[in-house]
Amino acid sequence: MSLFSRTAAAVLITMIGAAPIQAESLDVRIGYLQWVPDQGPVLSNVIPEPDDAGQRGAELAIADNSTTGKFLGQTYSLESNVADSEEDAVAAFETMRKNGTELFVVNAPTQTLQTMMGKAGDNTLVFNAGAKDDVLRTGQCHPNLLHTMPSYAMLTDALGQWLNQRRWDEVFLITGPTEADKGWANAFRRTAKRFGLKIVEDKPWTFDADLRRTASKELPLFTQASDYDAVVVADVRGDFGEYVPFNTWLPRPVVGTQGMSPVTWHRVVESWGATQLQNRFRDLAGRDMNSEDYAAWAAIRSIGTAVTALSNANPGEIRNFLFSNKFQLAAFKGRKLTFRDWNGQLRQPIPLIHPRGLVARAPFEGFLHPMTEMDTLGFDKPESECRING
Amino acid sequence: MKSLFKHTALAAMIGLSTPALASLAYVSNEKDDTLSVIDTNSMEVIETINVGARPRGILLSKDHTKLYICASDDDTVQVLDLATRKIIDTLPSGEDPEQFSLHPNNKHLYIANEDDAIVTVVDVDTKDVLAQIDVGIEPEGMAVSPDGKWAVNTSETTSMLHWINTNTFEIEKNIVVGQRPRHVEFSKDSKIAWASAEIGGTVHIIDVDNLEQIHEMSFKVPGVNQDRVQPVGIELTSDGKYAFVALGPSNHVAVVDAQTYEVLDYLLVGSRVWQLDLDKDEKHLYTTNGVSGDVSVIDVEDLKVIKSIKVGRYPWGVVIDPSS
Repeated sequence: MSLFSRTAAAVLITMIGAAPIQAESLDVRIGYLQWVPDQGPVLSNVIPEPDDAGQRGAELAIADNSTTGKFLGQTYSLESNVADSEEDAVAAFETMRKNGTELFVVNAPTQTLQTMMGKAGDNTLVFNAGAKDDVLRTGQCHPNLLHTMPSYAMLTDALGQWLNQRRWDEVFLITGPTEADKGWANAFRRTAKRFGLKIVEDKPWTFDADLRRTASKELPLFTQASDYDAVVVADVRGDFGEYVPFNTWLPRPVVGTQGMSPVTWHRVVESWGATQLQNRFRDLAGRDMNSEDYAAWAAIRSIGTAVTALSNANPGEIRNFLFSNKFQLAAFKGRKLTFRDWNGQLRQPIPLIHPRGLVARAPFEGFLHPMTEMDTLGFDKPESECRING
Repeated sequence: MKSLFKHTALAAMIGLSTPALASLAYVSNEKDDTLSVIDTNSMEVIETINVGARPRGILLSKDHTKLYICASDDDTVQVLDLATRKIIDTLPSGEDPEQFSLHPNNKHLYIANEDDAIVTVVDVDTKDVLAQIDVGIEPEGMAVSPDGKWAVNTSETTSMLHWINTNTFEIEKNIVVGQRPRHVEFSKDSKIAWASAEIGGTVHIIDVDNLEQIHEMSFKVPGVNQDRVQPVGIELTSDGKYAFVALGPSNHVAVVDAQTYEVLDYLLVGSRVWQLDLDKDEKHLYTTNGVSGDVSVIDVEDLKVIKSIKVGRYPWGVVIDPSS
């Protein structure tokens, strides 16, 4: 008997000696759900969007978390489901939940996300890495729903600050026909009020001609106005917007969803160590990292940062940690990123890019805020009805 | 008469051009693929040398005859002969070398391979790769203790200090620090290690005997948003009096009492200050300012910035040759 306990003690000592690193093992399971509705035919179909946008970002973050985890005895696994319909996406969410997954990253439209949150229990923590609709941040918040994807308002505020500081404050707005286009344009109209911009023309895009042949004829006429400093395009899926630059009536820059755009992430971002993230992603996916990839990556890295600090993967504890002042995400944007405690939105700088270069990075100096300059982008606490932390 | 005059002039000319009079600082320009050579007496750039792609970390051999250069995008470490200012050799480095540190034995070079999550140890004489050690994501800072016992690597995305035993090339301890640790600097007696965390905004003081953190510093630069206070490079005076901490986009260098860890002052330098080095007699501190493309010179006695010197685009590392 005494011999046995001595042997056991010896084994224990050996184990400790061999593993100076924390020995307890922990497996963190994360579900990734993607449902991206077909965008319909577009005029500008030259450069298609990758089908796995978001998913590959999640995969990279799992690899990043695992490298850290191996020094702490923590492993991470990803269960991905790319659905063909809202029903399939929600069904996959239900199945994963039944099988014990509690942490999710979702790249799906607002409606789908809301359906999922309706079914999610208290022990489910969901990161929205796809839907940009402002309503998810202003009124229809959910205590267990966090957003790593910026809202339309954050993107358009970044653009509005830039237009303001360039003193290009009279703009011509063109809005496409889709709900997303209208969401983007509504966000921009709010931005215009906040940053003192004047929308001199506000025109919906109604043409259905093929602009690859006729852009140079149609657009100059469409953009006729006495004067404006810039043309702002709201064409989220990239239908006609690519044909607006250089075809405007007046020789003016084009900004918005085309031309110079506010984005979550883009291949031209390279400062603050971003080159390393871009390289890692390219090695993994064989393409450039985009905004959806970044949002999914940031979500899973947030989970990883919490698990490293907590040494457990309890969704409630992770949630509390993410809203505490101990959490900060190093995410290659030059600032520590944190979550807004009223609506769960990840605060983040917004790069303004053109397809081959970085133009600027919002927020800009001079736009002041009592707490953090990053809260000059998007819906600030007094502007939002959400109080998900009471 | 005439010939005598000629001789004197010649002698004077030779005297003027003797390189021994000048003390030299070398600065790597990340986006120009060059090194700027600064005469520290005149505080002017006297030569610009073309080197490999994206030069970042630079260091001197222990005998001060060679400069090692991490040419990150060429995936190599270049060897610059300081007498001729020519690249005379390259070393296998693993992919994307960023920072490195030379063991006091003047042979073992520890290289952080940022893209590969590996530290590569190379024998600089035989060019053999002695070991490749798995570390966290984006290994960045690299330091070998002056007594040669420890090599420490910081991994930026993993936010750890990895303590590598230089005899076994194995990790013996991992210490979690603030987000995005960038740089480690040892005290001359190897007893204390200083580690900066860029996004965390902290400097962690580690007791090397026990491998435990004994203090954590943070910084508050008056009038600068806290998010922009991002500690990177650290330099210690050998008398144990000061630590200088480069605070990145806050554009300031913190002067710290190295005994009490109290911040004594913040000095305004160029934009996004990265790395630091003291000159031979520790009278001047040179800082690389990435965004403004210049080097600031700080008078250590007065704690004042006395000069800024324009160099290439995105100056990254700075090394002053104490024997030049």
